[in-house]
Amino acid sequence: MFSFLHVAMPPLPLFLAQLLVGLINGGFYAILSLGLAIIFGLLNIINFAHGALYMLGAFCAWFLLSWLGISYWAALLIAPVAVGLVGMAIERLFLRRIARLDHLYGLLLTFGLALVIDGVFRQLYGSSGMPYSIPAELQGATDLGFMFLPNYRAWVIVASFAVCAVTWFVIERTRIGALLRAATENPELVRAFGINVPRLVTLTYGAGAALAAFAGVLAAPIYQVSPLMGVNIITVVFAVVVIGGMGSILGAVISGFALGVIEGMTKVFWPEASTTVIFVIMALVLLVKPAGLFGRAG
Amino acid sequence: MSEALLEVADLNAWYGESHVLHGIDFTVDEGELVTLLGRNGAGKTTTLKAIMGMVGRRSGRIAFAGAELIALPSDRIARLGVGYCPEERGIFAALDVEENLMLPPAVRPGGMSVEEIYTIFPNLAERRRSPGTKLSGGEQQMLAIGRILRTGARLLLLDEPTEGLAPVIVRQIGAVLRTLKAKGFTILLVEQNFRFAATVADRHYVVQNGCVVDMIANSDLGIRSDRLHEYLGV
Repeated sequence: MFSFLHVAMPPLPLFLAQLLVGLINGGFYAILSLGLAIIFGLLNIINFAHGALYMLGAFCAWFLLSWLGISYWAALLIAPVAVGLVGMAIERLFLRRIARLDHLYGLLLTFGLALVIDGVFRQLYGSSGMPYSIPAELQGATDLGFMFLPNYRAWVIVASFAVCAVTWFVIERTRIGALLRAATENPELVRAFGINVPRLVTLTYGAGAALAAFAGVLAAPIYQVSPLMGVNIITVVFAVVVIGGMGSILGAVISGFALGVIEGMTKVFWPEASTTVIFVIMALVLLVKPAGLFGRAG
Repeated sequence: MSEALLEVADLNAWYGESHVLHGIDFTVDEGELVTLLGRNGAGKTTTLKAIMGMVGRRSGRIAFAGAELIALPSDRIARLGVGYCPEERGIFAALDVEENLMLPPAVRPGGMSVEEIYTIFPNLAERRRSPGTKLSGGEQQMLAIGRILRTGARLLLLDEPTEGLAPVIVRQIGAVLRTLKAKGFTILLVEQNFRFAATVADRHYVVQNGCVVDMIANSDLGIRSDRLHEYLGV
């Protein structure tokens, strides 16, 4: 038992490289599960279309660059706005109609939407994926003395931390965030205070979609821009959300980064287990604390 | 006789299939404090919710300050100047006291300032950074009333603000209601405790089985107390 732990300590560069990969993946997990948590809190919908929105963000960056020559930096702003508008349209056209029904219908509807969006892009672009190059400013690597840190990867970590911090600040410390938290608890009463809650719902879904698209643009130069990229990441992100606790903002961020790092570390110590470790943790958390590590029961 | 600020006529309301209000009629004049009295389940709370547009379906007429509310969603009703304090108080656990207080947007000019509200409810000022639901029941009730005073609402709908509170707190709330009336607020108060209602109200409507069955002026409460006891089953 535990014989797999008796491996020799791996060389430091390998360890640090995997820590880096873990932080990067963790950043994507954190941004995506943050969006899912916000949407679940207010709309009570498990947004299966989240991976598709992430993929749309990456494609949006790719379209902007290859069709219009618009740079990565502009795409980082434009793609979230564009996909956010797509998200608002999805909410107004589809999700609003089922708002009074059980959770399950939202899950089925967004799952269907994800299949349609993914299918259309696979039909048009195949599943092999297109390269998106790292912006010139961030090419190369920095010598930290003990390892070379690729500049783009450092930027992804900084940017995902920053986006999570800003989102947390907006939700916990601003007026719009107070409205969001209150409407998550009791939408009828917030509406009876004169707040247009349906509009808040639309904006919230749009913001969640924009976050997913932002992650998609960040991911474009690291992974291929591919119709499958959403499907590939979303399963893990759902596990992260289950572990953190549905609807907990801080829980989504912390468990996103933590599980990315755990996954990376598993690659160092027990590579065969690295693709399953998150799901094993999910199963354990569900057994011990079904509401998730940061979730409130009930 | 002054102009009615709120006029409810033939108000019917349904929760899903169940028909809860069967033609409620009453009026509240500008500056008046009027109560809806009645037993549990008579339809008092539903009447307030129906005025706010918070029931599944409703029909009839609800005229407020010249506007017809029956077809409006609840956010539009609030913006016309109606403040609502629900029976369960509706304090948000994820918001601190000050965030709870600041949550309802100002809908009209002339609302009270936060300082004035803290003057009326000094406990809230001391605890402004506490999570809303960490307050005592009485403090939560004061917060629930306080947060609709800022908005400029002219009509306050208060659903059993004394429910479950100690007598000393009930007296404080009574004093607050008299202060608010003196400041010119019009108040529609749902109560089960008619002894409390008698200390603050101008008139009482008795609600039974989803209908208004009687109206009693507060000054007649003494001579008609037998009748009222019969209505309320006390």
